[in-house]
Amino acid sequence: MTRTPLRPLARILEARSRGENPDAIERENIRLRHEEMRDRARRRAEGRLLVLAALFFCAFGLVGGRMALLAHSEPGEPRTSVAGARILAQRADITDRAGRILATNFDTHSLYAQPPDMVDPEHAADKLVEIFPGLDRARLIRDFTGDRKFLWIRKTISPEQQQAVHDIGEPGLLFGPREMRLYPNGRLAAHVLGGASFGREGVHAAEVVGVAGIEKFLDERLRDPARAHEPLTLSLDLSVQAAMEQVLNGGMRIMNAKGASGILMEARTGEVVAVASLPDFDPNDRPALPTSGNPDDSPLFNRAVQGVYELGSVFKVFAIAQAMDLGLINADTKINTETPLTWGRFRIRDFRNYGPELSAAKVIVKSSNVGTARVAMEIGATRQKAFLGELGFMEASPLEITEASGSKPLLPRNWSEISTMTISYGHGLSTSPMHLAAAYATIANGGRRIVPTLLRDDANAPGPRVMSEATASAMRKMLREVVTEGTASLGEVEGYAVGGKTGTADKPKPTGGYYDDKVISTFAGMFPADNPRYVLVVTLDEPVETSGETPRRTAGWTAVPVAAEMIRRVAPLMGLRPAIEPLDLAGIRQASN
Amino acid sequence: MRSLLYVVTSLAVIGLAFWAYRENYRTQEAQTRAQGLQQAIAATRHRLRVLNAEWAYLNRPDRLMDLVELNYERLELMPMRSDQFGRIDQVAFPPPPYLAITNPVDVSNMEPAQ
Repeated sequence: MTRTPLRPLARILEARSRGENPDAIERENIRLRHEEMRDRARRRAEGRLLVLAALFFCAFGLVGGRMALLAHSEPGEPRTSVAGARILAQRADITDRAGRILATNFDTHSLYAQPPDMVDPEHAADKLVEIFPGLDRARLIRDFTGDRKFLWIRKTISPEQQQAVHDIGEPGLLFGPREMRLYPNGRLAAHVLGGASFGREGVHAAEVVGVAGIEKFLDERLRDPARAHEPLTLSLDLSVQAAMEQVLNGGMRIMNAKGASGILMEARTGEVVAVASLPDFDPNDRPALPTSGNPDDSPLFNRAVQGVYELGSVFKVFAIAQAMDLGLINADTKINTETPLTWGRFRIRDFRNYGPELSAAKVIVKSSNVGTARVAMEIGATRQKAFLGELGFMEASPLEITEASGSKPLLPRNWSEISTMTISYGHGLSTSPMHLAAAYATIANGGRRIVPTLLRDDANAPGPRVMSEATASAMRKMLREVVTEGTASLGEVEGYAVGGKTGTADKPKPTGGYYDDKVISTFAGMFPADNPRYVLVVTLDEPVETSGETPRRTAGWTAVPVAAEMIRRVAPLMGLRPAIEPLDLAGIRQASN
Repeated sequence: MRSLLYVVTSLAVIGLAFWAYRENYRTQEAQTRAQGLQQAIAATRHRLRVLNAEWAYLNRPDRLMDLVELNYERLELMPMRSDQFGRIDQVAFPPPPYLAITNPVDVSNMEPAQ
């Protein structure tokens, strides 16, 4: 490039001769030079921008192209990595506390049709109806010959059925792989497990989602791919659960009850070892929700958790325990039991007249409504409400099944003094048997609150203290006396020192008032009473014991024998050795003179 | 001197190309084998799952209960009772151990593939 001088001599001389200012020439040249520099800089900048734009275009094009490629490619197994080998199933197994399978997955196939590919739709429909008797032939032919491009025929089929469909030789009938949920034990623990069904379905796979019970409550944990290979360990024990269901079923028939429930819980940890509700169902073939009638009568109804009833005299224990814990009474305090007790327009009666006064222990042993109501008057509504709240009676049971949210206790709208009195003997407050078991576990474990749980975990431990150790121990002694000399005398099991309390509550009519001949009978107990390890609650719905001259409905004749048989069967299964009950030391004290 | 360098370089290129070619095929072969093994593992896992499910199904309590009832005359099995607990000194000493098994036969993969 030739560089033009700023002051070219020829032009300057010429300008001088013309009398012009030669500086103008220099300025003009500087201006031209600056313009040239500016143009050059602009061209260079434009070029750089263009290069940069091209680079960005390429980069974004690459990202976009890669995304499109990923979105459109078929998913494939990685060929070289071993990371994917840990995922065994899309849903984790559920096992009992000893690792025995309660729910697992099973590979099977679904059957679908693509009618445009079908050769002989009528023949195919005929054969399909032979293989699956539930199908409707006319409807199949309509679907196969209409303008549908795709239809599901069966969600899961067995290998034999698959082979039979293969043998039809119809190219329009196709199979898709499916994982289905299998409950190998059938009806066992049906209400805990709930059931599962398919969520979103595709040809190559389908989601398996829980529809009830723990399958729904812990759906996210069970479907979490990172933990699908480790089974979910429940606190249930398969053999104990089976024995409980068998005994409960027999007891329900002998006592002519229409329903029954049983809960066996570890007193220290709150782990539920067995929980049953009858009638039950098969989670492999879960019945549809009832659309008519009383929902309580459906086999899907979980009496142990959803059955919110007034449970009757089993509640007396809490009134006496609280009064003892507050120091208002001790086990020997005499309590006025003159019946009836009149309060305003209400009259509280006892089953029998127990005389003018009984000791606090005898009030529990004889189950005196009047005595308990008088103790509750001493305690007062505020303190009673707080105590029952600490025992967990004010909120829905925290058990890990979806139905537990329906177990919210029914509390009186206005907690008046008469409510305090009736609640003290179990009327006016409706709770589920699971609440009751948790509260009895508090007495059994020495006064610490527990949270009922279905998950086996070494970290499960008693919570904050609700009542003193001494109160809990005195209550256990009273509960033992109820069995040895009180209303639950049929509950004695040799070697296991059962302690417990009966409760017989009239069922409320839907129209108001109570039935005369329909009761809920309950036994809530613990064994061995001197150092309880397990809490048992048995509830029978509308039992009648007809071996005597008059039909008997009280819990002592209905729920207690069933509970005793249950303990007899279940305690050896749990490795609980029979023991001779330690006797009270004779009242000899060392005296110095 | 320069021509020697050319010859050596081209020989090295040929050698490296041959090595790369061989490695490539060996890698592919290893991948195919790994894939085959993965499939075998998946198939075995599948079998294991089916067997576990079947084991649980065959051991379901109501089936065992029915079997116990059917075979009552031979086995005379009854529900466990509390008086059947024994003391540790009532248990006999274990019999001397059997000879060690030195030639185990793996039968889990011997079924014909379906």
